[in-house]
Amino acid sequence: MSLHVLRPGPLTTVQDRGRPGLAHLGVPRAGPLDRPAADLANRLLGNDPAAAVLEVTLGGLELTSDRAVWVAVTGAAAPLSIDDTVRRHAHAEWLPAGGTLRVGTPTSGVRSYLAVAGGLDVAPVLGSRSTDTLAWVGPPRVVAGAELAVGGSAGRPTPHDTPRPPVPGPLRVHPGPRADWFAAGALDTLCATTYAVGAASNRIGLRLEGPPLERLRAGELASEGMVLGAVQVPPDGRPVVLLADHPPTGGYPVLAVVEAADLWQCGQLRPGEAVRFTRA
Amino acid sequence: MQLRPVGPHALLAEVGDARSALALALWARMAGLGAVEVVPAAETVLFDGVDDPDRLRESLAGWSGEAPGVSRDPVQVPVTYDGDDLAFVAELWGTDVAGVVARHTATGFVSSFCGFAPGFAYLAGLDEAWAVPRLDTPRPRVPAGAVALAGPWCGVYPTASPGGWRVIGRTDLTLWDASRPDPALLAPGTPVRFVPA
Repeated sequence: MSLHVLRPGPLTTVQDRGRPGLAHLGVPRAGPLDRPAADLANRLLGNDPAAAVLEVTLGGLELTSDRAVWVAVTGAAAPLSIDDTVRRHAHAEWLPAGGTLRVGTPTSGVRSYLAVAGGLDVAPVLGSRSTDTLAWVGPPRVVAGAELAVGGSAGRPTPHDTPRPPVPGPLRVHPGPRADWFAAGALDTLCATTYAVGAASNRIGLRLEGPPLERLRAGELASEGMVLGAVQVPPDGRPVVLLADHPPTGGYPVLAVVEAADLWQCGQLRPGEAVRFTRA
Repeated sequence: MQLRPVGPHALLAEVGDARSALALALWARMAGLGAVEVVPAAETVLFDGVDDPDRLRESLAGWSGEAPGVSRDPVQVPVTYDGDDLAFVAELWGTDVAGVVARHTATGFVSSFCGFAPGFAYLAGLDEAWAVPRLDTPRPRVPAGAVALAGPWCGVYPTASPGGWRVIGRTDLTLWDASRPDPALLAPGTPVRFVPA
């Protein structure tokens, strides 16, 4: 069976757990920016936790299915309808054969996740079905007219989900490797400053606007390996939190590293929204 | 070797130069040190996805400074030397086009690390004395297969992209193919020889 995409919205990609282990070849890891939301969508349908889902950026997705199937939408709370009937967020819903599913524009947050029972079965690339938007390794971005194959359903939908959803809060940070590139107390300054999310934020990085962090050294480092959640500080002093599609190496010093469990928030913050850091 | 923590699950090993970084990365990969990613770069190796950083520190203390002794035949890269910057490089090196080709084909390169794009290898081998400055303004599009120089590095563009390296030629080899078991032709550690096409 397959899903037929009528409208993709501003950016819809297929995501599973990504392709870690290939950074030395220059390949980003990719994967959902809001991992707990993607995991929840799969759990609600009894899917394998690694099943591929759609990451829908700011809604606008419309699709049909050639066979009846369970679906679930999680993450950014976007209005969901099936054949023009309102359906519940974060709940297993039934998409009848030929029915039209619409994910509207979320009222808050950025990325919604659509899971389908059995998971999306698009062809994997280098062991993963995730689309990386930096180098475009993986399946192509979802466009109108795309046919997305669906795998055989393994589990059963569950009416309840026991794990509690994560609670938003300041992003907890660990010290990074290049504190010596900054004025003393730079990590404290980072944690005492309220930043605003920049408009150029994407799957590669969360760009922050605010008073610039003072660097002691100008220029670039010799390029070095970067981790997910690294808080990189370019010469303009405005930090960037590296997200799933970040380049595997980079030349800007890393002041701090965001706690992995808090990174989902970076995928849901809208331009202009406030961001605070706190020591882990 | 200095080890810098990068959050709770990664260590950055500073080893000073690309040669040592490659040696450490190859050794660590063979030794299986319990890191999801082992990423050599110009002066460092990043170990990421590390469950037990203290144990990794102990293991790294056992490195002799040498690369594992694996010898393999170089990958031969046939090049048509007709790049837009060939004349620039010839003038910089105080030679003619034939002199550039002679030096480039006589140099034994090795892939030190990948970066910039999937399969884009930084090939070490040129003496620092022959370092080549990058373009002031990168070209909006450099075709796949372009063979280019920047600093002491040589690189071959795996896919068309913007680029600021000095292009001296082109090859028909496929540098990157995600459907191959080894997608990057020039993965770190690979010896490389350029030959006239």
